[in-house]
Amino acid sequence: MAKRIDINGLNAYYGDFKAIEDISMSVEPKSVTAFIGPSGCGKSTFLRTLNRMHEVASGGRVEGEVLLDGENLYGPGVDPVAVRRVVGMVFQRPNPFPTMSIYDNVAAGLKLNGGVKKSDLDGVVEESLKGANLWNEVKDRLNKPGSGLSGGQQQRLCIARAIAVQPQVLLMDEPCSALDPISTLAIEDLMAKLKDQFTIVIVTHNMQQAARVSDRTAFFNLAGVGQPGRLIEVDDTQKIFSNPAVQATEDYISGRFG
Amino acid sequence: MTTDIRTPAPPPPQAPKAQPGHLTSAKGTGRLGDKIFLGFSRGAGITLLVLMGAIAVFLTIRAVMALSKNEGNFFTTFEWNANSTPPVFGIAVLAFGTIVSSIIAMLIAVPIAVAIALFITHYAPRKLATPIAYVIDLLAAIPSIVYGLWGALFLVPHLTGVYKWLDSWLGWTVVFSYDGGAARSLMTVGILLAIMILPIITNVSREVFAQAPKMHEEAALALGATRWEVIRTAVLPFGRSGVISASMLGLGRALGETMAVATVLSPSAILSAKILEPGGGTFAQNIASAFKEAGEFGRDALIASGLVLFVITLLVNGAARLIIARRKEYSGANG
Repeated sequence: MAKRIDINGLNAYYGDFKAIEDISMSVEPKSVTAFIGPSGCGKSTFLRTLNRMHEVASGGRVEGEVLLDGENLYGPGVDPVAVRRVVGMVFQRPNPFPTMSIYDNVAAGLKLNGGVKKSDLDGVVEESLKGANLWNEVKDRLNKPGSGLSGGQQQRLCIARAIAVQPQVLLMDEPCSALDPISTLAIEDLMAKLKDQFTIVIVTHNMQQAARVSDRTAFFNLAGVGQPGRLIEVDDTQKIFSNPAVQATEDYISGRFG
Repeated sequence: MTTDIRTPAPPPPQAPKAQPGHLTSAKGTGRLGDKIFLGFSRGAGITLLVLMGAIAVFLTIRAVMALSKNEGNFFTTFEWNANSTPPVFGIAVLAFGTIVSSIIAMLIAVPIAVAIALFITHYAPRKLATPIAYVIDLLAAIPSIVYGLWGALFLVPHLTGVYKWLDSWLGWTVVFSYDGGAARSLMTVGILLAIMILPIITNVSREVFAQAPKMHEEAALALGATRWEVIRTAVLPFGRSGVISASMLGLGRALGETMAVATVLSPSAILSAKILEPGGGTFAQNIASAFKEAGEFGRDALIASGLVLFVITLLVNGAARLIIARRKEYSGANG
């Protein structure tokens, strides 16, 4: 299931503004990779280049290559819609479709891709909700609107929706920043479980969270306002938080700036 | 929902009243202005209600006076001879014509308006979207008599051929049968009304679609939705109630449109399912056509027909509200 990602010489722009510059790194399969760094350093932008969501923004474009098990996502003839079916995404604010029930939210992606029988759908919805540690809380009200759940439950519903289409990679853009500590813990537990199946990349502002959940950590920084963000270093999380190779990383994680 | 944190807190229970000049001031802070504004807005509101009530009472009295002398059945009589002795008039033809022409207008206008609104908000590049929106706005600024003249001088002669073609294919359905007379029919009226109500439906729908939350569109995109699938999952459900409201605004205009219909339709006391054939009538058209020659009694009779139109409009609006309210649980942003 899970695939590795290799990024080579990636630049991303908003119009004329270069948001990130010359990023090369690898993301290991079946692991959690955390992106940390100060606001505006381009980590979210970088994350969104991994499923071609960056180009949805006006003026968004990308140079360089992103290889998913060797296949370039930005190669000629690659359909961004097909990419996003393989690389799922969970957003900062829980965004279940407000007009749909809990069941329909989870089934939304499958219905788009088509060819799923109604009888199979029930099974996939149940599996996905179980996978997102939400089944026990919602199994009696699957036909109620998803927007009636608490924030943490909504976010797990979004995770269930994302994993229902069986992606190879799961991107999470600050998935806990709008949640309370208990809900955050639930999501973090979930990540530990999901990495058995998926390659997970998470952007977080919370360094304790990065230390808790990730296997590898990438630190991003920018030289100054208006400058593009760069990858400073990427290493095993333990190494980054105990003995980083670059002084800026140590300054950041020890709270000296950012 | 977040509670409004700016809601003024109740005053502390033991406000030190014994210290004048501390928190109270003789002048008060804009207290006079508050009073004037309160009085003014309250007065305006009450005046409006009184005015509405007076109009309703006036119309009802006049209508009842006319109805009491009607020799025909008001609801089933076809012809409108309010000036003859004894007066015989009924709204059957008018109600049928009004409803049929409005339904035709809605069937044509709503899908086109929604498509244009989606094109402007989600498909067209900005350079194209702005001029298109502007042109649609301009359509709303054309006076209805100009639409009527255009309909009579351009639409009527040009639709004859279209109707003949429709007759040759669908004539067997009776509804689309056509003998080749002037195309001053309910169908032509419906088409003209569709063009007239297109701007308002388009504009309101456009505003609603433009407000569809970005985060839900992104959610659909991230699931691997195509552009049309994004619209189907994130934009249309969000805009549903807005489109219904927009359609009701358009329908209100179609039901009450007067000059354009009076100019295009050749009225007759015929109630026929053959919507391509000339003839028929609508409430507003009948009032406009018959008002000048009507005596005092005839005007009372027309007022009675106007009241029926008013009731129909109310019913339509009520039905729309019901449709919107029924799905309230699923509407709007995340709780």
